[in-house]
Amino acid sequence: MDAVRESKPTPVKNRTTVQRKSERELVVTRTFDAPARIVFEAWTRPELFKQWWAPRSMGMFLRSCEMDVRVGGRYRLVFGHDASNPDEFFGRYIEVTPHSRLAWTNDEGGDAGPVTTLTFEEKAGKTLLVLHELYPSKEALDAAGTGAADVMSETFEQLDELLAVTAN
Amino acid sequence: MVQYSQARLDASFAALSDVTRRGVLEQLGREEASITDLAGRFGMTLTGMKKHVGVLEQAGLVTTEKVGRVRTCRIGPHRLDEAAAWIERHHQLWDARFEELDKVVKEMKRKEKADGRSKRK
Repeated sequence: MDAVRESKPTPVKNRTTVQRKSERELVVTRTFDAPARIVFEAWTRPELFKQWWAPRSMGMFLRSCEMDVRVGGRYRLVFGHDASNPDEFFGRYIEVTPHSRLAWTNDEGGDAGPVTTLTFEEKAGKTLLVLHELYPSKEALDAAGTGAADVMSETFEQLDELLAVTAN
Repeated sequence: MVQYSQARLDASFAALSDVTRRGVLEQLGREEASITDLAGRFGMTLTGMKKHVGVLEQAGLVTTEKVGRVRTCRIGPHRLDEAAAWIERHHQLWDARFEELDKVVKEMKRKEKADGRSKRK
């Protein structure tokens, strides 16, 4: 049975792993079929970042994205379909090492925000990306939502309710 | 997050730390299945799958019932509790993002290759 599977290689989808490593840490890993400099670029050039950070399949919409990728530089992301009710995420970069490391703060939630550290590890033309989030407390991580995805699902629930009311 | 006993959380997170077991839960969320079905679907031996299902059962995420020679697995009794739902939400988001990132990276590689070719001309 194994031999049959090996003789017919199906393209393997790279797996995303999500692990709660400790009370205060969340770790996400994924391999990409590209050298680190390309993956790094996709994280640090706003016009590229915009194309993937807010997947439509999650009902997310990124209105604007500003990134000043250098130590101390700021970023600001604005989500939401409705300009009068935007959802903002912001912080500053605390570590920028081209093609290997990137770290930033998440300041929109005040002191409860995590520090996000990314490492890019290239091997044989592929890049292992490890995203590490360290929260100030267990409670902060317990409460951590998926940001804009949560907000969007709430928005859709509200829309559902509205449609239900309208339909009656 | 509602209060959960520490032991329950530990068992849940341990059960969910394995990619196959998360896959089994997803699968059982859609429909119940026998150990044999699951073993086939995940390309594992029966013994291997029995172990995974055992861990999920210990954590209360899966129940099994033996009728005749077939052991049927289904979600429950705790279903996907808070811990699982929490991880699953994060997983969904990152997986969706990275699928999009794959496309961006692929396009960048294609462009780079095309640029490389035009430079050599």
